[in-house]
Amino acid sequence: MPTSENAFSTALALILSMDSALISIVTLSLQVSLMAVLIASLLALPLGAALALWHFPGRNAVIVALNALMGLPPVVAGLCVYLLLSRAGPLGEWGLLFTPSAMVIAQVILVLPIIAALTRQQVEALHGEYAEQLNSLGLSRRRMIPTLLWDARFGLLTVILAGFGRASAEVGAVMIVGGNIDGVTRVMTTSIVLETSKGNLPMALGLGIILLALVTMINAIAHMIGETAKRRLG
Amino acid sequence: MNAHHTPPVAALELDNVGFIHRGHALLKPTSLRLAGCQRTLIMGPNGAGKSLLMRLAHGLLTPTSGTVRWQGKPPAQAMVFQRPVLLRRSALDNLTYVLAIHKISRQNRKTQAINALDKFGLAHLAKRPARVLSGGEQQRLALARAWLLNPQVLFLDEPTSALDPAAIKAVEDAVLEFHHSGTRIVMTTHDLHQARRLANDVLFMHNGALLEHTPANDFFTAPTSHEAAAFIRGELVW
Repeated sequence: MPTSENAFSTALALILSMDSALISIVTLSLQVSLMAVLIASLLALPLGAALALWHFPGRNAVIVALNALMGLPPVVAGLCVYLLLSRAGPLGEWGLLFTPSAMVIAQVILVLPIIAALTRQQVEALHGEYAEQLNSLGLSRRRMIPTLLWDARFGLLTVILAGFGRASAEVGAVMIVGGNIDGVTRVMTTSIVLETSKGNLPMALGLGIILLALVTMINAIAHMIGETAKRRLG
Repeated sequence: MNAHHTPPVAALELDNVGFIHRGHALLKPTSLRLAGCQRTLIMGPNGAGKSLLMRLAHGLLTPTSGTVRWQGKPPAQAMVFQRPVLLRRSALDNLTYVLAIHKISRQNRKTQAINALDKFGLAHLAKRPARVLSGGEQQRLALARAWLLNPQVLFLDEPTSALDPAAIKAVEDAVLEFHHSGTRIVMTTHDLHQARRLANDVLFMHNGALLEHTPANDFFTAPTSHEAAAFIRGELVW
């Protein structure tokens, strides 16, 4: 049983050693998750806004499906991407399986429903407030989208952070489509699983502490940016 | 900019316009015609259908029966709401926003916006977030925004009901300024004094029906309907 004391000292020792393997793991983790969140945001923000503004048959079904997909188990997402990208799969020719790109794709699938569903809620609420004014200005719904997304930006920052939280915390999807290959697709969460299974619990906990610290740091930065902007712009 | 229009503004015709919501006739079939460059005040107690009539005229709502028609080319319109809806940006950016919608070039946007801020006494607040301005300042900013739209018809829905006397004065001055530059004014109020100051034409509504459409002088001295007479005497009419 590792004491928390030696987990912390392992974490500290890892950080201080600037171990190159650790650095590459941390870098890859951040690269994959941030890239996934970026791509998912580019798709999901307009999608969520469109869903808030357009009423079409089956809209409620789409909303329910998105909400349900927020709880999609990462292993299931990983499995689907695995089947798509495996040699025999429809996208097998791309040769992406067991690459960071495959991990990004899997995480996009996990993050997109969260950002789209929460964006839909936020934009719908804001649209309730703005609709008459924007209609009076003669804006089409398509042209309302950028306005509403920009004016909902503080709330949407939190939404994007929720997406990032999901991406950085999951292990199931990146494990399946990445394969936890040392130096290629090994990230924080897959390393933690590996070290745990090897019985190297101080190392696993140490990595866990570093992951938590990184996620906290990114959230703190985003929070500070949001607060400063809010104070400046009301 | 704001070489406001001298050609006559297209007349607005409402032909048996009605509005039913969940089985309630919020507006009974109403016909009226607004022409020329009048200052038309829509009066009546709360729930009379004043705001509804205005939204139907402006096109924010579609009538459930009857037609709203402009005789000729639909004019440029703007609307100022009881509670101004300002974007979560600076006062200046709220103005450049509407200019961007109207495809004004980037350099011109800023100059025009600053001129409009100046005109409505808001120049010193240009960089302030619109949402932290006082109620009166927000309403003036909404008027500045409407000004930039160069409207031939300006709708105002109880624009002063939440303001203090100084702010009310500023809004009324702005309304007169719009009118002076050739804009037809259509405004709701339930403030009799304000109506006396501004109206040259009155629509009186009660319970979803238009009871009178008369020149202001006639309305205040000799209203034809019993309800309007009671309203002018300051009695509660329901």
